[in-house]
Amino acid sequence: MKRPPTASELNLCLCHSCGLACDMTDDPHECPRCEAPLHRRKTNSLTRTWAYLFAALAFYVPANLLPVMNTMMLGNGADSTIMSGVLEFWEGGAWDIALIIFIASIAVPGIKFVALSLLLITVQRGSDWARRERSKLYRFVELIGYWSMLDVLVVALVAALVKFQALGDIEPRPGILFFGMVVVFTMFSAMSFDPRLIWDNAPDDEPLSDAPPQAAPATDGATPDPTGA
Amino acid sequence: MFPTQHLIICEHCDCVYEKAVLGKHQKTLCARCGGVLQRYNGLTVEQRLALSVTAGMLWLFANFYPVMSISMKGLKNSATLWDSVLALSQGPITFMAMVAAISIIIAPAFQLVLLIWVLSFALSARRAPGFKLCMRWLETLRPWSMLEVCLLGAMVAVFKLAGLLDVLPGIGLFALAVLSLMMIRIAGRDIRDLWDIL
Repeated sequence: MKRPPTASELNLCLCHSCGLACDMTDDPHECPRCEAPLHRRKTNSLTRTWAYLFAALAFYVPANLLPVMNTMMLGNGADSTIMSGVLEFWEGGAWDIALIIFIASIAVPGIKFVALSLLLITVQRGSDWARRERSKLYRFVELIGYWSMLDVLVVALVAALVKFQALGDIEPRPGILFFGMVVVFTMFSAMSFDPRLIWDNAPDDEPLSDAPPQAAPATDGATPDPTGA
Repeated sequence: MFPTQHLIICEHCDCVYEKAVLGKHQKTLCARCGGVLQRYNGLTVEQRLALSVTAGMLWLFANFYPVMSISMKGLKNSATLWDSVLALSQGPITFMAMVAAISIIIAPAFQLVLLIWVLSFALSARRAPGFKLCMRWLETLRPWSMLEVCLLGAMVAVFKLAGLLDVLPGIGLFALAVLSLMMIRIAGRDIRDLWDIL
């Protein structure tokens, strides 16, 4: 497939902070426009992403096993975990709320673990399989990342509201700490991954020309021409 | 050093393009990986500033009025965003209180202060003092500002409690709803346009 020239071929580097295409002939260490540090690729991307991912995975176990919340109603206390909260809504007939919590708290972190591991392994193997789709997968992971904070905020709000001593009291439990750590670490993990690694060492495609082509405007909703140009 | 202002690099696959002028509802996509390169943005500096000031007012409402109140057997209670952060701060989970405070109170507040600061100077076509630092912080803060998640969380909390007791959404919740939508519009990536026009 023909493609536009890459930044490394033109000796340019993208500034992640202001988006300037920086000229790298003098090997500057920071962006001439916004003074943010410049890196051709994110530093130690693969190692860092793996490390954050494993940390998140370690926290994922207690996050799901430990109770996240304790509900005391008229003297009867009950601990609830993330999953029991989902089931409670499901059995109460509120399947839509159950689905929202399930997606945000259980499915999203799960998808992130699988997707990031897949991206890391394929990049390490130098695979040229489905590059475009893997790019899309990374953007999806970035997009859904922070929605898992949902449960933490629900517990915080509910615990702040129900404070009637003996009559009714809701308190957060340590599970929510581990759960929040999973969210924070998966976010760090996704941020440390450099999606450009997916496209490095692509042997099969050659630059269209040495001059960068004009970006082709497409109207929202319309399918863009995959060949570009 | 040759001029590179007219170039745009795809952050997902490193392809280089020349910037295109966009019309309404248009965007440019990378031909290789399909990522979005540019997106049309119709906001002028004046409109942006006006929206930021409005959002600042809404932030005050969302933080100083209760998000919701409940009543149970004659007892009443209400909670603001800050109350819910405090609820997490007890016991061994204090760290989560900090994360929650950053994501629903501090990060949006900083974003708004920086936006208003930078944009009020941009109004007279000047770069604000500390412009570079402000713009870099706006980039850093963006992923940690989670108002829309907080909005969904508040709505889930309403349903969670509705079975146990009477729940009444407060002014804070409505302010939060409008504020979270406005933040998506004004604190997005397109604030980077200021680099080109100032």
